[in-house]
Amino acid sequence: MKPRTQRFALIAAGIVVLCAAAAFVLNAFQSNLVFFFTPTQVSKGEAPQGRTFRAGGMVKEGSVVRDGNNVRFVITDTVHEMPVTYVGLLPDLFKEGKGVVSQGKLGDDGVFVASEVLAKHDENYMPPEAQHAMDQAAAAKAAQSVQQPTSVKAKP
Amino acid sequence: MIPELGHFALILAALVALIQGVLPLTGTLLRDPQQQVVLQSLARPTAALQCALVAFAFGALATSFLSNDFSLSYVAQHSNSLLPKPYQFAAVWGGHEGSLLLWVLLLAVWSLAVAVFSRSLPLDMVARVIGVLGLISVGFLLFILTTSNPFERLLPAALDGRDLNPLLQDPGLVIHPPMLYMGYVGMSVAFAFAVAALLSGRLDAAWARWSRPWTVIAWTFLTFGIGLGSWWAYYELGWGGWWFWDPVENASLMPWLVGTALIHSLMVTEKRGSFKAWTVLLAIAAFSLSLLGTFLVRSGVLTSVHAFASDPKRGVFVLIFLAVVVGASLTLFAWRAPRVTLGGRMGLVSRESFLLANSVLLVVATAAVLLGTIYPLIIDALNLGKLSVGPPYFNAVFAPLLVPTVFLMIPGSVARWRDAKVREIAHVLRWTALGAVVLAVLLPFVLGGWSIGAAFGLFLGCWVALGTLQQVLARVRKPGRIGASFWGQHVAHFGMAVLVIGITGVKCYEVERDVRMHVGDVVTIAPYTFRLDSFSEVRGPNYKAVRADVQVLRNGQLIEVLQPEKRRYFSSAMPMTEAGIDSGFMRDLYVSLGEPLDDARTEWSMRVYYKPFVPWLWGGVLLMVLGGVLAALDRRYRKSTQRVDA
Repeated sequence: MKPRTQRFALIAAGIVVLCAAAAFVLNAFQSNLVFFFTPTQVSKGEAPQGRTFRAGGMVKEGSVVRDGNNVRFVITDTVHEMPVTYVGLLPDLFKEGKGVVSQGKLGDDGVFVASEVLAKHDENYMPPEAQHAMDQAAAAKAAQSVQQPTSVKAKP
Repeated sequence: MIPELGHFALILAALVALIQGVLPLTGTLLRDPQQQVVLQSLARPTAALQCALVAFAFGALATSFLSNDFSLSYVAQHSNSLLPKPYQFAAVWGGHEGSLLLWVLLLAVWSLAVAVFSRSLPLDMVARVIGVLGLISVGFLLFILTTSNPFERLLPAALDGRDLNPLLQDPGLVIHPPMLYMGYVGMSVAFAFAVAALLSGRLDAAWARWSRPWTVIAWTFLTFGIGLGSWWAYYELGWGGWWFWDPVENASLMPWLVGTALIHSLMVTEKRGSFKAWTVLLAIAAFSLSLLGTFLVRSGVLTSVHAFASDPKRGVFVLIFLAVVVGASLTLFAWRAPRVTLGGRMGLVSRESFLLANSVLLVVATAAVLLGTIYPLIIDALNLGKLSVGPPYFNAVFAPLLVPTVFLMIPGSVARWRDAKVREIAHVLRWTALGAVVLAVLLPFVLGGWSIGAAFGLFLGCWVALGTLQQVLARVRKPGRIGASFWGQHVAHFGMAVLVIGITGVKCYEVERDVRMHVGDVVTIAPYTFRLDSFSEVRGPNYKAVRADVQVLRNGQLIEVLQPEKRRYFSSAMPMTEAGIDSGFMRDLYVSLGEPLDDARTEWSMRVYYKPFVPWLWGGVLLMVLGGVLAALDRRYRKSTQRVDA
């Protein structure tokens, strides 16, 4: 081959490989995005059925029920609640009344089947998504009851 | 008094860094040769002075920690009088302010090293390199002094400190940040050399030769730092994973991928004089990604064990700094690039083309990781919702991109420079390929089950391992002295092979059992039997713990008693899991405590894991580190500058 054809072949091959890689990466990216929904959004039916998503808020006081490695609990954003089931060991910092984010799918019966309960690294730390859920709910509440806006401040 | 002296030293260091950054560079622009020499020769002494001042400031902070001076807000937040001494010292970099101080200290140490070990460099190059390093240092010192001063006083002084995050109280974490930072900061030296070469317009083989050992050392530290972080996550987080595709991990992986491309590209530039522009871009990218890593990890945009108080000012500062560095260096590149000459011609199949292919694959992999890491942040910043990109994306993308990269390592190092023939390469490697295929088909049966994934991973690992051995044997049979860099290359490549086999082994053959256990209960993962023997209370210096004694039996014979713990540190309500691990050559046995399931605390949920090949992961990383050290020690880097034929 002449040097010029050779260089052309090299560049062409490079571009083809790059395009293939880009298409492949973007495709994988598209199908692996995990969106976050608050319990309020889930109760309104905004969350997708049959697709993995994340939900978060606070673990409702007194809602944790253990049965062997099966755990049931309720995530709340103080306005709406959603029941969750999970099989496995919970992270060290999972506690009633503390923030939580879990990832999984919504079942037909409205129970969120978590495949993962996310760990936190600090006891005082609130997962930003969970905080977001609480803030959203608080804002919605405040908008509804304009008379007493001070009573609905979300506590992290 | 000591903290004030430290603060003062830091301010002085910023001024000295400014002189170090401005005057020597000005010197390179002057016409008058005498003035030139005067200004340029300021580079070395200012670098030394700056290093001394920053070291003094660091020493002052360390002294405050060791003497429990809780009148310093930073000490009060990250230490405690009960904390063991070694951890009190490590707590210096346990938070945001101190870790930045460590960053600057290491930068100053690197600058000093350049000043000391650059006898063979022409003075104007020394002036440029040290000048650029000085400017970077100015940026970081200003960052510390304006937004993150570790010497801030607390009024009134705290009685005791809040203690170091228990997760960080671990030998692995004592050395992980300094090693990782040595790597990050080391990339600034590669960057400084690239910018210096652009400024001088002498983008030649000599530049590549000067830059290579520094880049290899930085890469070595980065490799070691990432390995340590992974090792720590494995035994300290208590759920037996060693890589999570956490954004913080990605932040360190990206400079590593580009750095790997860079050390190979520098080789082509040195040996053949080609790829110059590409090499310079890689050097800029490696340093920019190191800065991005610092930004992601330290600004609080990511929430993890590494992210401390999130102060938006800090994030903005690093982001602006990043924009200035990337913008200025790319502008400089655009201005100088037309002067870059093309190097030697290369054939479609040649060592150059293999190295180029690998370079491009590594950069594409980096881009894919970058996309997955920052896309959620951008979407969040634009208020378009909250989402995350999970491990499935990274696994799906990373493996297909890295598999050809690893495969090409062998033909790439067998192929001749300039022009090679596919038939020749195939001929040389035919037995190696056959051997790898045979091993890949047979080994899975020995290891406990044939699957296509296992066979494929093992083929890749055996291919690299056998190919490397073949080249070493061929070289040893020939006469002549073998340089350290030859050993470096092949030891590091062999380390990669061990790592690939290790990853395959863990992924395909690990057994994880999450179980509930009473005292006396037994879990069997053939051929091992785990028996929960007893629970006991133990007291550490600043924690209380429940410890389980788990006997491990093999064919009825006791081989080990594992002692996983659940610790509760006095200073926080946060429980901590300490796994009990028995490491062998081929496998780890891993037991960790979940949580008590009854009030009497006699029944616990537990993780009982059989993790084959995990020691191979660490072994592979250590071999790569050893390879890096050998390559950097090669004698030819220490010889005085000679004309290098391009």
